[in-house]
Amino acid sequence: MAENKHKLLEVKGLTMDFGGLRAVDSVTLEVYEGDIAALIGPNGAGKTTFFNCITGIYNPSKGDILLHPKGLKTRRLNGLKPNKVTEMGLARTFQNIRLFPDMTVLENVMIGRHCRTNSGIFKAIIRSKSVRDEEQQIVESSYHLLEKVGLADFANEFSKNLPYGAQRRLEIARAMATDPFLLLLDEPAAGMNPQETSDLEQLICKISAEEQIAILLIEHDMKLVMNISDPIYVMEYGKKIAEGSPEEIKDNPKVVEAYLGEETE
Amino acid sequence: MLKNFKQSILVSLWFVFLTFPLLAVRVNTMDQVVVWRWMNMLWVAIGAFVLSYLWRYMLARQQVRKQVADEGGETRSKTQLLLEDMSFRYKAMGVILLAALVFPLVFDTYQSTIMISALIYVVLGLGLNITVGLAGLLDLGFVAFFGVGAYTYALLNHHFDLGFWITLPIGGILGCLFGVILGFPILRLRGDYLAIVTLGFGMIFKVVMENWDALSFGPSGIANIDKPSFFGMDLSLADSTIYIYYIMIAMVIFTILVTTRLRNSRIGRAWIAMREDEIACVAMGIDIARTKLSAYALGAFWAGMVGVLFASKTTFINPASFTFMESAIILSIVVLGGMGSILGVILGAFLLILLPEYMRAFSEYRMLAFGAAMVLMMIFRPQGIISNLRQTYKYKGSKEKINNG
Ligand SMILES: Nc1ncnc2c1ncn2[C@@H]1O[C@H](COP(=O)(O)OP(=O)(O)OP(=O)(O)O)[C@@H](O)[C@H]1O
Ligand SMILES: [Mg+2]
Repeated sequence: MAENKHKLLEVKGLTMDFGGLRAVDSVTLEVYEGDIAALIGPNGAGKTTFFNCITGIYNPSKGDILLHPKGLKTRRLNGLKPNKVTEMGLARTFQNIRLFPDMTVLENVMIGRHCRTNSGIFKAIIRSKSVRDEEQQIVESSYHLLEKVGLADFANEFSKNLPYGAQRRLEIARAMATDPFLLLLDEPAAGMNPQETSDLEQLICKISAEEQIAILLIEHDMKLVMNISDPIYVMEYGKKIAEGSPEEIKDNPKVVEAYLGEETE
Repeated sequence: MLKNFKQSILVSLWFVFLTFPLLAVRVNTMDQVVVWRWMNMLWVAIGAFVLSYLWRYMLARQQVRKQVADEGGETRSKTQLLLEDMSFRYKAMGVILLAALVFPLVFDTYQSTIMISALIYVVLGLGLNITVGLAGLLDLGFVAFFGVGAYTYALLNHHFDLGFWITLPIGGILGCLFGVILGFPILRLRGDYLAIVTLGFGMIFKVVMENWDALSFGPSGIANIDKPSFFGMDLSLADSTIYIYYIMIAMVIFTILVTTRLRNSRIGRAWIAMREDEIACVAMGIDIARTKLSAYALGAFWAGMVGVLFASKTTFINPASFTFMESAIILSIVVLGGMGSILGVILGAFLLILLPEYMRAFSEYRMLAFGAAMVLMMIFRPQGIISNLRQTYKYKGSKEKINNG
């Protein structure tokens, strides 16, 4: 990790308790500008819970979540509502796809633009020129994002009618519509076939390179993780058990044990 | 098809067998003879057959549609495609508007009065459609806002002699205010709890109005409320009904216009997204508290406004007009019409209000028919009369027309 890179996200000793269950146990993690970082670990390790803490869905029991937007002052995310976190420039996708099924593909992305636009109720009723311009701009930029993830042809379909892989890509487009500088992807390749996975791999690299969006992804597909991410963080039973480059992780005995242990069970 | 036919015959035979002792055999104890009523059996057989066949046919059709949907095929029916076509819509709207305008000139006062009450429910339905249909927030006490509007006019008129036109916006704004008052405590509630609290809110309104004599004159209500004035002229009953009818038409048009614009705006999309998935919605940067409050407030606005008109139309109000039954009917209008669909809600209001009016002969069976219709609706068309209208947008390089659902 080069020290001259700007640190975007800094999580220190994050702990999350559900009653007696410690789902996340003092995890420390950093994401730097330009990174495609990965968070891996066996089922139930606490990865999704970790995401939920960062994005404000859960309020962590202990620890600090610090966001360092470039050129702005540092913000502590603990206890912020999810919409505030998104406004700060940190967007996410969900492991169990959470689209708006009865809205069209384009409208799903347009929802992402909500927090970057501001016409209110009265303006909507009067529908002045500025509101119409803003609407058109929302449509255009959303359509542009659909082109980017390869869903432009489906713009006017209901999102529930999309195939699984396309729904995952739509979630990414929707998250990108909120203009994030850091994107959290929760198992973006889950349920995808090898072809779709390799398309996704390219898409993630493209987002990282072209949009200057740093990425932190949870993924079980080791090939994808090893191909594109650096650094990799490994969790097991809520604890971080390893971090490092793909090579370091591959040879780490603890990681091998965590994964092999899981397989033999 | 043949299978359906066979099964239906079986069902019909089975019904004949079951009802045989009751409907066919009658023992006349006076003359000591047994009367065989074979005709009854024939009716039972035919009735059971037809119903069973229809039932099966509808189920099969639904199945086919589901299959097509799973295969990603076109599931929208011809009607839906037609409704998504803008030029057809404008033509249809023109025809309907014309019919609405000549209605009171062609029909008598009685018909106009019925139509006014249907139009009142259209506005109420469109208001609740914002809260329930678009934002997905259950509200079982919606009639309270209607009551707030009605009492606003009744009281302001009684004490301060304020006129209809000044009070109209005041009623709407007070409705809004009460929407926010209801909205605040229930921001965090969901599902059953939301149902109970909103139900309670509706009840509280009625109970307060019944018992706070100093404010509301209690159960005896307020009488002699002024009808809307027409440039200071006194109108005959017939003329004033026509006048109110036209006010109501204007109000409906205004409501449709504004709710359509709201629905197709940034706020409207946020409402729908919140209905579809609240967690995803908040994760996309939408402030749920604000969105919920705005949905309650803007839904209540219409109820408050049309409440003013209701008071001026009946010239007498008391708490008995604002029972839970009213809330239930308005909610049924929204559910029956199709959650979130403006056209559907309008159709739903006319169906639910006009049918019972014109079928007075069957009024004893009204609730029975109401219940049966709801059950059938939930089985065969749970999404309501009109649903699934897509909203398409014009973007660079696309030739598609802007189309408002
Ligand atoms: N809201 C909750 N209440 C109680 N326990 C929870 C809650 N959410 C998660 N847990 C528990 O926390 C642990 C971690 O779950 P989490 O979903 O974070 O795992 P994960 O690493 O994402 O697993 P997977 O790879 O299967 O998605 C699990 O034991 C789970 O049962
Ligand atoms: Mg998970």
